Order: sequence, then C-alpha cells, then structure tokens
Amino acid sequence: MPKKPVEKNSTMKPPETMASLVWRRFRRHPGAMVGAVILIILILSVTFAGLSPHDPETSDIKNRYQPPSWTHPFGTDGLGRDILVRVLFGGRVSLMVGFMVVGITLSIGVPVGAIAGYFGGWIDSVLSKFIDATLSLPGLMMMILIAAILREIDLPIVESSTTLTIALVLGVLSWPTVARLVRAIFLTFREMEYVTAAKALGASNFRIIISEILPNGLGPIIVEATLGVGYAIMSESTLSFLGFGIMPPTPSWGNLLDNAQEHLSQYPWLAIFPGLMIFLTTISVNYIGDGLRDALDPYKLLQEIKEV
Amino acid sequence: MLNPSPNQSKKGVIMGQYIVRRLLQAIPMLLLVSIVLFALVNLAPGGPLSQFVRSRRMTAERMEVLKRQFGLDKPLPVQYIIWLAGNDWMEVDTDQDGVKDSYGTRKGILRGDFGFSFKTREPVLEEIMERLPNTIYLMGITLLIVAIVAIPVGIISAVKQYSAFDITITTLSFMGQAIPEFWLGLILILVFYVSLDNPITGESLLPGGGMYTIGAEFSLVDRIRHLILPVLMGVVGWVAWWSRFLRSSMLEVINQDYIRTARAKGQTERKILFRHALKNALIPLITMIAIDFPYVFTGAIVIERIFSWPGMGRLYYTSATSRDYPVLMGVLILGSVVIILSNLMADIIYAYLDPRVRYD
Repeated sequence: MPKKPVEKNSTMKPPETMASLVWRRFRRHPGAMVGAVILIILILSVTFAGLSPHDPETSDIKNRYQPPSWTHPFGTDGLGRDILVRVLFGGRVSLMVGFMVVGITLSIGVPVGAIAGYFGGWIDSVLSKFIDATLSLPGLMMMILIAAILREIDLPIVESSTTLTIALVLGVLSWPTVARLVRAIFLTFREMEYVTAAKALGASNFRIIISEILPNGLGPIIVEATLGVGYAIMSESTLSFLGFGIMPPTPSWGNLLDNAQEHLSQYPWLAIFPGLMIFLTTISVNYIGDGLRDALDPYKLLQEIKEV
Repeated sequence: MLNPSPNQSKKGVIMGQYIVRRLLQAIPMLLLVSIVLFALVNLAPGGPLSQFVRSRRMTAERMEVLKRQFGLDKPLPVQYIIWLAGNDWMEVDTDQDGVKDSYGTRKGILRGDFGFSFKTREPVLEEIMERLPNTIYLMGITLLIVAIVAIPVGIISAVKQYSAFDITITTLSFMGQAIPEFWLGLILILVFYVSLDNPITGESLLPGGGMYTIGAEFSLVDRIRHLILPVLMGVVGWVAWWSRFLRSSMLEVINQDYIRTARAKGQTERKILFRHALKNALIPLITMIAIDFPYVFTGAIVIERIFSWPGMGRLYYTSATSRDYPVLMGVLILGSVVIILSNLMADIIYAYLDPRVRYD
C-alpha cells in the first residue's frame, strides 16, 4: 500500500497504534495497575533473592523456629533456615511453573482449537470429543494420579517431581480450556467476509489461520493466558501442599506449607507467609487479567477510536 | 396443562428425541474416558497387581496363576474388555496346561466390580459406599449455603452496579478467588481452634477436625460445630466465583432491549427485576451448578485432608499416597460419570428453558 504523505502543518496527530490504545485503557484500571506493580516487585525480588545474607538450604540448628524478627522478617523453620529467603526461592519455582504451564497450554491449546474451529467437519468432531473427554476428568484428582504414577516409573529426560515434570502434568491437563476458547473464536471468524476475501485471493489455509484470524482473536486468548498463570500457581501449590508436586529440598510455595499444619499452634508463621505470597500473586494476576479484558474489549476499543 | 396445543406436543417429541440423542452421545464419551483411565493405570509399574508383588509369601508361580485368573496375561485390548465387562463368562486356563479349567473371577466395572483395594483387600465399591454419605453430607451443605449466599449477593451487586455494596462485593470476590483453599483452611484452624477459646468452657471455640467428637454421644450441636470450619473453607472460594458470574450475567440481561422496553412501558423496577430480568439471569446458574455439582460426590480433597473428614476426597488422597490404584480408578470413574451426567442434565435443562437453543 502506498503511504500517504503526512501533512506536516496540520494539527492532527498520527493515528494511535493498537498497543498504545490498549495500554491507555489498561492504565485506567486501578486494580490492574496495582496488580502489575505488585507482580513486577515480586518477580524482581525472587530474581534477586540471592542477594540476601541468608542461604535457603543451610540449616542453623541454634535458631530453630525463631518468630519473625528484624534479622528473620518471616521467622525461621524447623532447621533454622530463614523463611523469607525460602519463600523467595520458592517463588522462583512457583512463578516459573506458572509461566511454563501457560506456555505448554498455549502451544497445545491454540493449534488444536484453531484446527478444530477452522476446518470443522470430522476433524472438529474428533478433536472436540477429545477436548470434552479431558474436561470430563476430575482435574485435581487426575493431577494427583499422574504425579503419583510418574513418581514410580523412570522416564528418560523427565525426572520425577522436578519443576518441568510438574509443569508438564499441569499443562497436559489444562490445555483443553484454551483449545475450547480458540475453537469458538475460529468458528465465529471463519465465516467473516475478510476470510472469504482472503480465500478468494488464494491465501493458503495456514496463512489464513496464522495471519488473518489469529490476530483478531488474540484479545480473549491473552486474557485467558494471564488468568492461567494464577490458576497454574494455585494448582502447583495445592499439588505440592498435598505432597504430589515439587518435592523438598526444592522449595515451592506449596511444599513450604506442607508440614505447617502440625506446627500451627506453636509456630504459626510457618503457615502464614508462603500462603500470603500465593494470595498476592494470584490476586495481582487476576486483576491484570480483568484490566486486560476491559482494555482489549473490541466494542469498547471501537467506541474509544470513534471518540478520538 | 389439560389440552396441550399441537405445537407443544410437537415440542415434547423434539425434546424427547433430543434427550435420547444426548444420552447416546454420552456413551462414547464415557468409553473414551474409561480408555484413558485404563491406559494410565496400566502405565503404572507392576500394573494392577503391583501390591501383591510386595507381599513376602508371593512366589513367581502364584503370581502367574493370579495373573491368568485376573486375565492379565491377555493383550491390552482384551484386558480392557475384561476390565469393563469382566471375565466370569469366559473359561480361563489357570495352570496353563492347555485346558481351560475354571471361570474368571471378575465381573467388570459395568457391573460395579472395581476390584479390590490393595490396602484393605475390601471391594473398592464397598470402600466408596462407606465414604460417599460423609462427602454428600459435607459438600451438599456447602453447595446449599453457597447458593443461598451467592445468588442474592450477585444480583444485588448487578442491580446496584458501582454502589458501595457492589464495590465491596467485587473486591471481596477477587480476594476470595485468590485465597489458596488450603491456606484458608490453615488460617481458619489457627483462628478458631488454636487462638480463640470458648469464654465459658475454656476449650477451643471450634473443633479443628473430624466429623464429630469421638466417643461422645450423638448431639446435633456437636455435629454442627464440626461442620462450620470445613464448610466455611469451601464456601469462600465458591461464593466468590458464583457471585461474580451471576453479577455479570445479570448485568448482561439488564442492558438488553426488552428490559428497556419494559421500563418504557412504565413497569415498576420491582416487577422488571422479578418478572423479566431474574428469569433469564438465572439461566447461567445451571452452568455453575453443573460444574460444581460433581464435587458433592467426589468431595474436596484439600478440605477433607485438612479437617480429617472421612469422605471421598480423603479416601482418594490416602489411596494416592499408598498407590492403591484400584481405589483411585474407582473414584475417578465415579467422578467422571457424575461430571458427564451433570453436563448432560445442564444441556437438557438449557434446551428446555431457552427457546433459542437449537436441538442439534
């Protein structure tokens, strides 16, 4: 397309890009902004957790079960280890699992959903049956079963109860939700005129899926992926709390709480802080997702463009 | 209605056909689920007999006989059929002398034979039936309270959008959805069992686990006291997402044309709410009930684990720690059946209530 020369002397601003429009709308959502700031602080503090004077692994028997103080803001555990540092190192694992699960979910869910929704017919019925069947299994119970089986067999590459394995378990069980969403998006968009136009111009199916339909359906997928991070962190911590997730000595927010219940009456700080971190992360992620949902809403965007 | 109009009876026939069709569609789904579960458990080392290997009296020969009796010497697809339909109708050659000498001993899950628990050697079905009432009792009450609280809260929140009430509820619901369930349980125990005492007796304000005081005579007060914390633990998260969901579905209805029409006709706000809006706003409630109803049968693992509640969730948890695969299979099959059936029910009710749903 030939570019029209921009009139230098006019007061008109160049048209706003989509990204800046979305960002402008996102900024207006106070919950989402606070959530984003908290999440950034969390990510920074787990990244630089190594700067702490305490080591997450070294035990210090003289200082067992110290209540929170200036030297140990979150107290110490049964081996005298600083809980703040362990929570931060656990955060690395938990956040990593969160992002990995969403990565896996998207890389299975988007292609499957796109193919089912775009091609329809028998491909769609087979894939949809598979999606429905996976969604008919009780989620947490399946996670426990697969984690328990994986612990008993030796597979090459994936060692049992590592971060990667747990992320795989969660990812394999949560892609159908994304697939169903993407399928619905493609079902709607494939009937649109611009898709027919692209077909008439001789665009390949692959090209239509990737560069015609997918960009238009990106909004809901981004929202779903964001909320997915929170969901994955919650699932990992539940699984680890029950003893089927990430195993000590690798700390994660879930397994730090694993034996907190028996010490609840004497050392409540063991239970309070790791849970608080899960809560903070999940609520931040959920608010960010809510803000993105508002910011990416096509109808509201359209209104905004008209007003400008 | 005494004289159904021809139109209505036709609708009844179509509806009947739709129900039959949906029921038939559920069968391949159940089979698919059962194949997945069967494959998974056979992936586990030692397969269904792994527990017997650990027994010291077990010799290799006895293991072989057992394998043949259970039909485990057959190829996997045949094993699946046996698992599904049993092998008591076919003769088995237990001593491998080439002569079929006795009938198989399994009835198959279709006839309720989920095998025996590795741990207790009891039939899996008996174990499940023992725990099921406790779970229905706990989760049924939880779900009931969720409905009683969340429905009015969600609706008022939508009707009074952006009011102080709505903002409070929306914030609380964000918090409720972000609280890790197990952590909430621990905090509840910390507050009501560990910290707070009953000012009169000096004991803990509420018990920290179990269904009733062991050794004490039955008392309703004791039962209720044991229910409060586990129910509260389940209610928080559920109310949070139910009320949020209902709020948005109500908002969608309120902004529709027919509500504006009713208002333009001069209908009172009260009548608009109760006669026009509510009926349609509550339809999505069916979806939520369909999603959460299965928990009444499968239980909540985390709640039952934290509060030592002798239900299905705890059965599943302890069976998973001891690798008791037949029990895990039994609970999973039951859970999947309930999930598939409640989705089916939801679809049928939707089709019945919403004239826009097409019957295909």
